[in-house]
Amino acid sequence: MSEPPTEYSADEQPTAEQPGGESPTGDSPTGTRPGAPDSFETWQRLDPKAILASTVLVIAPMFPVVGVMALSRDNSLRALGTAGVWLTAVLLTTLGSWLSWYFTRFRVTDERFELRQGNISRSFSSIPRERIRSVDLTAPVVHRMLGIAVVKIGTGRQSGSDSDLKLDAMPTARAEQLRELLLRPRTRPAAGSGTSGAGPSDAGRPGGVERETGAELARMRPSWYLYSTLTASLLLVTWAAIGSAMSTLSDVFRALWASDSATDWLSDKAMSVWSHVPVWLTVASVVVTVLLGGLLGALALSVEMWWGFRLTREADTTLRTRRGLLTIRAVSLERRRLRGVELAEPLLLRWAGGSRLTAVATGLGEGAASGRSDNKALLPPAPREVAERTAARVLERSDSLDRGSPLRAHPRTALRRRMTRALLPVVAVSVALAVAAARTELIPWWSWSVPLLAGFPAAAFARDAYRNLGHGYSDEYLVTRYGTGVKRTVLLQREGIIGWRISQSPVQRLTGLLTVGATTAAGNGCYYVPDAGAEQGLAFAERCAPGLLEPFLEKNSKSTGEPTVPQNDSPPESGNETTP
Amino acid sequence: MIDVGGTEGGVRLRPPRHRVARRAVLWWSCQAVSRVAVLLLALGGAAWWLPAVREWLVIALIVCGVLGIGYVAVMPWWRYRVHRWETTDSAVYTAAGWVSREWRVAPMSRIQTVDTARGPLQRALGLSSVTVTTASAAGPLSIDGLERDVAAELAERLTRTTQATPGDAT
Repeated sequence: MSEPPTEYSADEQPTAEQPGGESPTGDSPTGTRPGAPDSFETWQRLDPKAILASTVLVIAPMFPVVGVMALSRDNSLRALGTAGVWLTAVLLTTLGSWLSWYFTRFRVTDERFELRQGNISRSFSSIPRERIRSVDLTAPVVHRMLGIAVVKIGTGRQSGSDSDLKLDAMPTARAEQLRELLLRPRTRPAAGSGTSGAGPSDAGRPGGVERETGAELARMRPSWYLYSTLTASLLLVTWAAIGSAMSTLSDVFRALWASDSATDWLSDKAMSVWSHVPVWLTVASVVVTVLLGGLLGALALSVEMWWGFRLTREADTTLRTRRGLLTIRAVSLERRRLRGVELAEPLLLRWAGGSRLTAVATGLGEGAASGRSDNKALLPPAPREVAERTAARVLERSDSLDRGSPLRAHPRTALRRRMTRALLPVVAVSVALAVAAARTELIPWWSWSVPLLAGFPAAAFARDAYRNLGHGYSDEYLVTRYGTGVKRTVLLQREGIIGWRISQSPVQRLTGLLTVGATTAAGNGCYYVPDAGAEQGLAFAERCAPGLLEPFLEKNSKSTGEPTVPQNDSPPESGNETTP
Repeated sequence: MIDVGGTEGGVRLRPPRHRVARRAVLWWSCQAVSRVAVLLLALGGAAWWLPAVREWLVIALIVCGVLGIGYVAVMPWWRYRVHRWETTDSAVYTAAGWVSREWRVAPMSRIQTVDTARGPLQRALGLSSVTVTTASAAGPLSIDGLERDVAAELAERLTRTTQATPGDAT
């Protein structure tokens, strides 16, 4: 049953592009050869090579264990027992994946995508094709070697675990055809040109989850790996990975030389070397080693993540990203699901002049399901200009959102609020230390001044947070910008706004501020304009979605004393907002 | 070009038209009392079992008791003043909170589901909550402490309006 993907030769291709025009061979639900006709209208099976793939995945981690056991000349009985457990695990996995393969069938009719699964508890899912929002192809290493890919079909449902249908796995070329079939606009039958040309030809080569079609919007540059190395999350992940690797390594060493004097000898040797070196040098070298290791690890990780990144637009309706060195990830996103973009600049990345670009779209793992946030990436961390240019091209805007765009500044009280929040803890700790120093001899009298030193960076961050605050709107988009640890700029389609959440804390009420949240079906579900002036924020909300808030507004007879910022205010970067 | 918006019109949000049922005060009071009681019982238990730090725990108990009495006395009435709701032909509008306040607006055309929920306490008091969800993961509008009949009528009306409105609500 395991035909190589190259079997679907070019002359079979035209039939695939005509839904309804296929030959009715193999119409019994059980006896369908996988892909005998190049259509998906009859019940299809998955590729049996997926069984092999999952078995390999179970076997692979066993080798180091077995190796260690063999090396350590462990008790043969225990080794035998382990081997038995291992074999059982392998057999069970193989049996399990064979069963799930055997009982899984899917088909694509004119209206619906249908999937049958399960042996013990059978399940049948049937979703309308118009509800399918994304079709993602993933090919982990083993899958790539076998020429198969995992297909994930996203319907963008908020709740329930059945929001994703997973086909593990299909021959890569078939997966490509399925993706194209499912994402093709229904109004345009058999778009048999352009997009279908390159299909089977590149499927044979390993990892061919890629077709040279569509207009390229962005492509990976080698220098961008440095930017992705800088993203803090990546650094943390790397350090965690190194840490766990170290402990594993030491476990291995201990297993190897448990009774040996090797470790003792090593540590003696090390001690004798290090004892002649000053402590600060030791500490410094350890720090440098850890930093270098972290950086190199992050570099390696980012290369794995972003290798060969391409962002393309296919048939004017679908955005497509493709990336990965070992595991290839290909994500498709329909244009009509896109509600905007988000530019995120974590601190380190911002200092380097870089930015991340992600999509704000429905059906890409919203709200709680942010574990799939990888799918949202429209660009690897890249220079800010590139991210802005790409954002403009993705949204088909003529103007780019450049750094100096005149977003509206927020009232001065927002700065006061940030300053208070930053400095209050500093002052509190300082006072507490002063009191403690007066009471006891344990704490030196000057200790109260130490936290005050932290006040300077805190104030700088507060100032930065205020400068980053801004909002505005264009014909089509709402724009909000905020944050200092991660500075975010969100462009949200005004048509995508499906409600408002306006909140006011007591402090905000006293200072005439409020936070406006625009709810949307895409992305996080809600995008905020924090600490806008009360009237400013409400007027802004009303202008962004005319008529929605208007019935609930009333003229403010007595002014709240909140100074309104003049229209020709300079961009917030220059920091010369009108003072009260 | 990004429009930064013209001069403000000097506007503010007006409170929604309808208050919730007066019995909601009782409901919130019960909730407040049970919350404070749990906290005080925990502190009292700790003071009983841990003689070493008993003085500190007793002080904490007294402070929490005073604050708790204030909370029970103030919060329900404050909430009753703030919690309001209103529906028009085109939108649902709610206000909630007490110290912090939140106003939510959802257009009829974007409403996906309308649920009514009644916990045991609400049932005993003849109250009901109506929750209106939209396609947004972050935007359900919840009106708590409605008279049972009002809630049923509201849910029915919203469902009817929503069904009559075309669109896929995203």
